[in-house]
Amino acid sequence: MNRPRFCIIKPVKKISLPFIFLALLFGACQSASQPRTLTVYAAASLTDAFTEIGAAFEAADPNVTVAFNFGGSQNLRTQIEQGAPADIFASANLKEMDALIAQSLIADGVSQIFLTNQLAVTLPQNNPGNIVSLEDLGKPGIKLVLAAEEVPAGKYARQVLENLNEQFGADFSGRVLANLVSNEDNIRQALAKVQLGEADASIVYVSDAMTAPELKAIEIPAGFNVTAEYPIASLANSTNAETAQAFIDFVLSPEGQTILERWGFTPVNP
Amino acid sequence: MASPRKTTPFFKYAEWLFLAPSLLLIVLLALPVFSLLWRAGMDGMFHFVTEPRALSALRLSLLTSSISTLTAVITGTPLAFVLARGKFKNKTLLELAIDLPVVLPPSVAGIALLIAFGRQGLFGEWFGMLGITIPFTTTAVILAQTFVSAPLFVRSARIGFAEVDPQILEAAYVEGSNNWQVFRHIMIPLSGRAILSGSILTWTRAIGEFGATILFAGNLEGVTQTMPLAIYLGLERSLGIAIALSSLLVIVSILLLLLTRRLESHKEETRDY
Repeated sequence: MNRPRFCIIKPVKKISLPFIFLALLFGACQSASQPRTLTVYAAASLTDAFTEIGAAFEAADPNVTVAFNFGGSQNLRTQIEQGAPADIFASANLKEMDALIAQSLIADGVSQIFLTNQLAVTLPQNNPGNIVSLEDLGKPGIKLVLAAEEVPAGKYARQVLENLNEQFGADFSGRVLANLVSNEDNIRQALAKVQLGEADASIVYVSDAMTAPELKAIEIPAGFNVTAEYPIASLANSTNAETAQAFIDFVLSPEGQTILERWGFTPVNP
Repeated sequence: MASPRKTTPFFKYAEWLFLAPSLLLIVLLALPVFSLLWRAGMDGMFHFVTEPRALSALRLSLLTSSISTLTAVITGTPLAFVLARGKFKNKTLLELAIDLPVVLPPSVAGIALLIAFGRQGLFGEWFGMLGITIPFTTTAVILAQTFVSAPLFVRSARIGFAEVDPQILEAAYVEGSNNWQVFRHIMIPLSGRAILSGSILTWTRAIGEFGATILFAGNLEGVTQTMPLAIYLGLERSLGIAIALSSLLVIVSILLLLLTRRLESHKEETRDY
């Protein structure tokens, strides 16, 4: 009863197995000759601006696809250290970039500052914590969400609070940090908690506040604010060195800088 | 034509058709865990586990996962009994609602919890009127863990209850037992193993909860930073801490799985009689 079935299946199996292997190999070879993809690892705060820059860059060269990985700069650094196949790294601080330079992971060991950014306090529209001044951040019972200390934005935020000790008393930063309810993994997560109305306040980049116009913002005076410098570089392991350089040039070009400025960053090549 | 000799090559092929993919999967499943433990052991990283931050995360994880497992057992056992014995309309719908959290991506679970119990959430506003806010508290961690893990307990207990021989139950009812007596003196003893292994599964799932917790409860040392969160954020501090904590969780999970297996194999033996 079973015999005829074996007769049919057997030859098919014999032919199909090597055939499938060949097809797979062939498919793999073909995909290698596809137009190139530029992989950009960029700080979470760059999400909107870089997405727009990427689209403009793709429009200029249809053979290039720009793929982004946005995250906390410290996370991206770890991923690159573990061999992530990135072409470009754009960090929200020099620390993570320098760490990669020290490990010879950056092409020629050179990075370039491509923008600066500052911080602002952001509040939900209905202001549940009833915060009207920077000093109110120290009121007991406020639910404050910051980026974790390991995240560049979280470190800058803590620096701002230290700076404000000068005006509001030496214990000010301590009182504010006592209100901390969560250390978020990247600055966009902190912003999201304010947008959801779960947090009473957060300290984010001016550029982040710009992406959420529905929120209230309190400016931090220049004397107490921190200027974050963002470096960009192509990676030593990049397989698209030329395209990577072209992308960096584009970011530094008037067109790229204009896009960055529109998203609330301070351009370095105005 | 189709002599046995002609069919042998097919079976040789077939053997490899089974072996090769199996080996591939075994390597994929076992290698990462092995590498993790090996690296932790080689680098002598286990001393990180005694770091204050690691200890507070471990303590919080044990506390919250125990409470959420307890919650699952207390509320899930009666529910499983109802599902196993009861016949009512829309039962399938109810089962679906109970099973759903298990298959949901953790990020979806986290957002759903925020939308329900967040300060601006559907029910969160009511809690707010009572002066209770749930996000960013240890309660939020427990809620998130219970949400994703309790369905595992209900499923396991339900299967245990359903496997109890109906003849025993009938006999009990004939002898005049009521539902509570049947539940207390027949169901619980006879499906004790299912309940226990379900609890352990629930506990492992609760200990491992990450996505819903970080979204719904946030991340603060000693309050909401459980082991998986400490591992994720420890990665930013040093890979060593993350590897050590991960290995600790792997070891705990292996022990719990071994325990479950023991319970399950006992169950099979008793069924053979």
